[in-house]
Amino acid sequence: MINKTIKILTSSAVLTATALTSSAFADVKVGMITTLSGGGAGLGIDVRDGFMLAIKQSGRTDIEVVIEDDQRKPDIAVQLADKMVQSEKVDVLTGIIWSNLAMAVVPSVTAQGKFYLSPNAGPSALAGAGCHKNYFNVAWQNDNLHEAAGAYANGAGHKNSFILAPNYPAGKDALTGYKRFFSGDLAGEIFTKLGQTDYAAEIAQIRASNADSVFFFLPGGMGISFLKQYASSGVDLPVVGPAFSFDQGILQAVGSAALGVVNTSQWNKDIDNPTNNAFVESFKAEYGRLPSLYASQGFDTANLLISAVATSDVKDADSFRKALEAANFDSTRGDFKFGSNHHPVQTIYARKVIKEGDIFTNMIIGTALENHSDAYAKECKF
Amino acid sequence: MILTRENILNFVITAGLILVPIYAVIVEEPFTITLATRAVIFSLAAVGLNIALGLGGMVSLGHAVFFGLGGYTMGILAFHAQSYIPLFEWPILIEGTKQMLVVWPLAMIISAIAAFVIGLLSLRTGGVYFIMITLAFGQMFFFFSISWSAYGGEDGLSIYVRNQFPLVNTLVPIQFYAICLAILMLALWINARLAKSSFGLALSAARQNTERVRNVGLDPTSIKLVAFVISGAITGLAGALFADLNRFVSPTMFSWQLSGEIMVFIIIGGIGRLYGPVLGAIIFVTLEHFLGGISEYWLVFLGLLLLLIVLFSRGGLVGLLVGRERVHE
Amino acid sequence: MGAANSCTQTCGVFMSFALFAEQVLNGLQSGIMLFVMAAGLTLIFGVMGLINLAHGSLYMVGAFAAAAAAAWTGSFLLALVAALTGAALVGMFVEMLVIRRLYDRDHLDQVLATFALILIFSEGTRFFFGSFPLFLDVPKVIAGPINLPIGIEYPVYRLIIIGVGLCVALGLWLLISKTRLGVQIRAGKNDREMIAALGVNISALYTFVFAIGAGLAGLAGALVGAIQSVQVGMGEPVLILAFVVIVIGGIGSIKGAFIGAILVGLTDTLGGIFLPELFKLFMEGSIATSLGSALASMLIYILMAVILVCRPQGLFGVQG
Repeated sequence: MINKTIKILTSSAVLTATALTSSAFADVKVGMITTLSGGGAGLGIDVRDGFMLAIKQSGRTDIEVVIEDDQRKPDIAVQLADKMVQSEKVDVLTGIIWSNLAMAVVPSVTAQGKFYLSPNAGPSALAGAGCHKNYFNVAWQNDNLHEAAGAYANGAGHKNSFILAPNYPAGKDALTGYKRFFSGDLAGEIFTKLGQTDYAAEIAQIRASNADSVFFFLPGGMGISFLKQYASSGVDLPVVGPAFSFDQGILQAVGSAALGVVNTSQWNKDIDNPTNNAFVESFKAEYGRLPSLYASQGFDTANLLISAVATSDVKDADSFRKALEAANFDSTRGDFKFGSNHHPVQTIYARKVIKEGDIFTNMIIGTALENHSDAYAKECKF
Repeated sequence: MILTRENILNFVITAGLILVPIYAVIVEEPFTITLATRAVIFSLAAVGLNIALGLGGMVSLGHAVFFGLGGYTMGILAFHAQSYIPLFEWPILIEGTKQMLVVWPLAMIISAIAAFVIGLLSLRTGGVYFIMITLAFGQMFFFFSISWSAYGGEDGLSIYVRNQFPLVNTLVPIQFYAICLAILMLALWINARLAKSSFGLALSAARQNTERVRNVGLDPTSIKLVAFVISGAITGLAGALFADLNRFVSPTMFSWQLSGEIMVFIIIGGIGRLYGPVLGAIIFVTLEHFLGGISEYWLVFLGLLLLLIVLFSRGGLVGLLVGRERVHE
Repeated sequence: MGAANSCTQTCGVFMSFALFAEQVLNGLQSGIMLFVMAAGLTLIFGVMGLINLAHGSLYMVGAFAAAAAAAWTGSFLLALVAALTGAALVGMFVEMLVIRRLYDRDHLDQVLATFALILIFSEGTRFFFGSFPLFLDVPKVIAGPINLPIGIEYPVYRLIIIGVGLCVALGLWLLISKTRLGVQIRAGKNDREMIAALGVNISALYTFVFAIGAGLAGLAGALVGAIQSVQVGMGEPVLILAFVVIVIGGIGSIKGAFIGAILVGLTDTLGGIFLPELFKLFMEGSIATSLGSALASMLIYILMAVILVCRPQGLFGVQG
């Protein structure tokens, strides 16, 4: 059988005549497994585009990226990881969006001595006792944004929250994360069905409770449905949620129902630093749309990789790992550093949904948690 | 064996299943072996379904239940073995295990029990109702596995090392492949024997004319139920192997799309044909791999192909290649 | 950082009669929407004997057509018209191209061919509309809540959905029992040769019936899409629910589909609320919530299995 994959070679030879950055070290091959087809494709496409933008801007000729579509199916992701390791002989893997796919792939590839840089998923099992020295998370630990939402709710004076999330591991982590930081009472706690699209019953329960605020984690289409139905229900308690339901990609679909809602994120397009400003402009110029949270994570992941490739040899795992740990790159989030378990220690902001011209987007209104690590770091021993 | 065109085709497919991976070892393309293993395991699952569907005429849209149960049997036992937590301490101590020879019979027994219960209830209905009630059972297992957090819920369970088999290093792709292929051949042999046996003839009769079977003093429902249980057990075994291949199990193994895909293998290959499921699974895995590499929208092409096969080549690819002859009918 | 107080009895939602009535209303509303979807499915099965898995795709087509039309014209009413006609036209086209070749095939071929159509529709839609959800919203005037007796506050739009659904039910009943076309449809159901012999163009009749079913699915997609999310793959969960509905009701029976839809809507909505509460009576809070929700998500399938085991032809199915 012939191995035919989409190979996106860094086209620096064509684009930049100043390709002087090619280093003395061996070339690096990166395998990206991400979701490019089916319902969750938008997130994978954003991560890929952000990642490839950074590679292109770096002008390096010594990084080759092989991209494959996991269709959001764990068994396909495992199969692709086998392919990346066995046939493509990649040095570094990246790209996975969903926690369940990450749990299927990461333990096995890191055990085989490969590096894995996570641009999105950060399941708790990989941050605590199940951490690995070759696993780096550039986005967040899954609980982070929910913890920040809890902290924000305290600051905003909420005393009695109604909280809901889908009945699956990430949903349970979300509620745990919120409760970890929220110091008020709970007016109600509901697990909805995964993939549920009608929230009339839950909204009726919220109305009947004596809550003063609502926290929800409902990614993708579930969040769109909830927000639209909530907005027209007449319940006007303040809502807090993590950035996932207020991301650039889906905000246009929610429309005015999301206006004014506060959500927590480690990134926004108005974080004012040269890297971020340049990123937002060049992303718009390249792809004709505003970058999302996921695009920024893909971009940062690629830049972390580039910073390590520039100063160390990927074949020398120890020195390459050190270079990654140093995280010596300009992040769209400003300063970037890893904690002891290779997860970010970062500031998480509270943002508010606004309308700019015809486009719905977010604006930072404050800081929810500063220099925040995660609850599992101390259980991690390499 | 009579030298029919179908037998020649079956021989060619078998030879291919043996030679391609050997070639892959020689040219050092281990991933080709992984793909071939996937195809062989899917074949096995479809051979299982083909006993219910092809011989017994039972259109089950819930065979992912057995595939998933087999997978979770393996996953849960391995999870307990690798974490040294006993499965039960009361009434007797049961520990996890990583021995394939223990896991396989268990996976088959558990799938068979589930198939017995589901079959017993579902066979009260017929036609479309049968399709839909099996789908409903599939959905029950799917939603339960997503929310059952003890074994990972939607995240699934990772197994760090493949299970063991005496005298074989299962971590070497070609050796694991050899095990899977041997099981597939065994299942095909059982399938062929079954079709020719008096039980197979009775089953075939129960599919075509329930009344006539009843008139000769047999109970068509019991015959079908037995076939359904055998079918479920084989698909369950395939699930256990699939879990071993991926070193991972998750609720997607219970999804109705997977039930549909197993059925697709049979239709692509040829329903009721001995090697139909095998050819179908090989084609599907190959297409999935190549088309998936060419276009993000490869599912459109898969859909078109499937549509063309259903509309214009009744009898699937085997039918297309060797004509409409059927051994038993 | 302080730990949030965990959920105790006070957190179990206080269930007043008004709240209970509102939840029943919610169950009815979701059931009636399911009926609009399921009616087409059961009609198509009843008349042509076809299992159409691609019915969910027509629901999606309706929602996308509505979103596109709303973005273009700004009118919600036009969007609904676009959904209805768009899905009906696509349905007609697919019927003439593919579906009519499946009528005299067995159910297995029908399942497989329409499964293939799902793949083509889903990825085709993604090709044309991209991977991000589209915007479709309810007009401002009917977006808000209204006060009903006994202190229920209920979104106007959901009441309108109930109204539209009841109109569809009435319309279908009139069409089938009072019109010449209905006579043909009922006859086509029982005896194809007979009706062909009477000089009715049976293939045109079938195309028309399929288009009605498709249009209804499209209308449901648009109505629901406005308060949910218009995205690729939105049709599949609804499709399975619609099948549950028509199987419970007895395939081919419009009355059965109506009763089945209400039953499923109520079971799903009320089960999701009461099961966790019920479990809290005899176990610890968060385990009860989790276990109760897990069981609730399986509940309609359990309902369906129980009904089929007791009545293998569904509630209003015809024997044989």
